[in-house]
Amino acid sequence: MILEGNTWRYGDNVDTDVIIPARYLNTSNPAELAVHCMEDIDPGFAGKVKQGDIIVAGRNFGCGSSREHAPQAIRASGVRCVIAHSFARIFYRNAINIGLPLLEMGEAVEMIRPGDVVKVDLAAGRVENVTTGEVATAQPLPGFIQDIARAGGLINYVKEGGNE
Amino acid sequence: MGMTLTEKILARHAGMEKVEVGQLIRCKVDVVLANDITFPPAAKEFEKIGRPVFDKDKIVLVPDHFTPNKDIKSAEMAKIMRDFARRNNIVHYYEVGRAGIEHVLLPEVGLVAPGEVIIGADSHTCTYGALGAFATGVGSTDVAAAMATGETWFKVPASIKVILTGKLPHWVGGKDVILTLIGMIGVDGARYQSLEFGGEGTASLTMADRLTIANMAVEAGAKNGIFPVDDITRRYIDGRVKKTFEVLAADPDAVYSKVIEIDLVKLEPVVAKPHLPENVCPASSLSHIAIDQVVIGSCTNGRIEDLAQAAAVLSGRSVHPNVRVIIIPGSQEVYINAIKLGYVETFLQAGAVVSTPTCGPCLGGHMGILAAGEKAVTTTNRNFRGRMGHVDSEVYLAGPAVAAASAVFGRIATPEEVLV
Repeated sequence: MILEGNTWRYGDNVDTDVIIPARYLNTSNPAELAVHCMEDIDPGFAGKVKQGDIIVAGRNFGCGSSREHAPQAIRASGVRCVIAHSFARIFYRNAINIGLPLLEMGEAVEMIRPGDVVKVDLAAGRVENVTTGEVATAQPLPGFIQDIARAGGLINYVKEGGNE
Repeated sequence: MGMTLTEKILARHAGMEKVEVGQLIRCKVDVVLANDITFPPAAKEFEKIGRPVFDKDKIVLVPDHFTPNKDIKSAEMAKIMRDFARRNNIVHYYEVGRAGIEHVLLPEVGLVAPGEVIIGADSHTCTYGALGAFATGVGSTDVAAAMATGETWFKVPASIKVILTGKLPHWVGGKDVILTLIGMIGVDGARYQSLEFGGEGTASLTMADRLTIANMAVEAGAKNGIFPVDDITRRYIDGRVKKTFEVLAADPDAVYSKVIEIDLVKLEPVVAKPHLPENVCPASSLSHIAIDQVVIGSCTNGRIEDLAQAAAVLSGRSVHPNVRVIIIPGSQEVYINAIKLGYVETFLQAGAVVSTPTCGPCLGGHMGILAAGEKAVTTTNRNFRGRMGHVDSEVYLAGPAVAAASAVFGRIATPEEVLV
C-alpha cells in the first residue's frame, strides 16, 4: 500500500502520557480519544489533523505506558502511519496489533523536516520525502509480524487461524 | 553456547531446546493479567474471536487504577471487568476492598512463580521478574488473544547483565538502585532488551528491593527485568505459591549484549527530576526545590518495607505546613500490617493522608492531582510532562525515605537531614 500525506514532526521520547493523558482513559472509544490525541505536547494537533496525515518522530516513540488507547487515539485521529527513529516496544506491539502501520527508520528519519510531505510504500518500507526528493528505506517488519499487519491486526490474524 | 535466564524461560515455554536473540517465537503463558483501564478494550476484542477463555485459573483481573471508582465512566469500565469475571468464572478476580495494586498484590497472594511467563496489560508487569519469572507488559489486544489461545508471540530479546556487588548503605534502597541504572543508560538504554541482575550483591537485596528494581525495568525501555532465584526468593514464596513451578538459571556461558557493574556500597539516595526517569541526580543536590505534595505508594514502592522507611522518618514529626502528603499502602495486607505496626497512626499524627490501595495519583487519575506550577516528590515510576496532573506541574521520583524527609522539610531532603 502507498500512502502520501502531510507530516506532523516530533522529537525524542514522545511518551504515552502526552499521546493520550490518563485523565481521558475513562473511555476506550477511539473517536472520543482522538479528540485529545497529542494534547499535552501539541494542543493544536487534534483540531487540525487530517485523514491521511503521517506522524514522524525521533527516538523511543510511544515510551511509557502499555495503554493501547495511545495508538487507537492516533489512528482514530486520521493518521495512517507513524514513522520514527525508533519505537518503544509495547507501543510497537500495540500499533501492529490494532493495524496501525509503523516504520522504524533510525537516523534516516532526520531527512524529514517539519512541514514536509512524505510518500510511503509500506510493503517495501520505502520512504520518500516528496518535498525534498530524498528517499530512504525503513526496517521491514519481521516474520509473522508482516502476516499480522497484512491481516489488519492480531484479532483478525487469530480468527483466520494464523496462530495455529 | 549457553542461554541467559530470559532465553531459557522463553525456550521452555516455546517448546524449543534453544532460542536465539531476535528469533520470533510463540510461547505458552502461565498468567494473563489486566486492570480496569486495560480490560474493557481487551474484552471487546476477545468477544470478536468467539472462543471461551483458555483457562479460568490463569487469568487475573484486578481493578486498581481508577478505583474506588472516581466517576461514572470509570465505574462502567470496572463493571465490564466484574461482569466478565462472573460470566466466565474467572477464579482470580479481586474486588475493591479485597485487593490492591496489581503488582503489589500478585506476589503477595502467590499468583506469580519462578520460571513462569507472565503477560499483563500494564507496563509494570515486569515487576514479577524479581521472582525469577519472565514477566512483561503488553497491550489489551495481546491480552484478548492470550485469553482465547493461552499463548502470545515474542521476539527473543538480547540480555544486558547487571552485576551488583557489595551491599546498600543505610537509607539507600531498591528505588535508588534502579534510578541510578536508568540515569546511567537512559530511558531507551535497554530498549527491547532484558535486564538480568546478578552478582553477589543481589543476595543483600530484599524481595521488596528486587520488586522495586524489576518494576522500573520498563522505564529503561526494557522488555523485562529478572533476578536469579535464591534463598531470599524461596523464603518469600514459601507458603504463598501453591502451584508447581520450575526454577531455571542462566548458563555460565550465556552471552550478554552488555555488562554493567554497580557497586551498591557507592550508591546514595537519588531523585529523577522532571520530565524523564533518566534525569537522575543525588537528592542532596536538590535542597533548593520547595515542594507542594508528596506521594508514598504505588506498585513501585507501596509495600510494607517502604511504609516502614516512611514511618521511621515521620515518627514523632509533622509534615511541613506547605505540603500535602498522601500515603497509599499497596494492598489490604500491607494496610492491615501498617496499622498493626503503628505506621498508620504515625502518618496520621504527622498530618498525612492514608488512602485505600489504588494507583490513583501515579498516573494522574485521582487521590492527589497537581495544579499548574505545583511540584511533587513521589515514590511512583514516571515523571513525564502532565503525569500527575496539569501539564505545568512537576514530578520528582524518589524512594520512600527521601519522600518522607521531603515531606518534613517542605523541600527535597534526605533522611540524614531529618534524623541528625
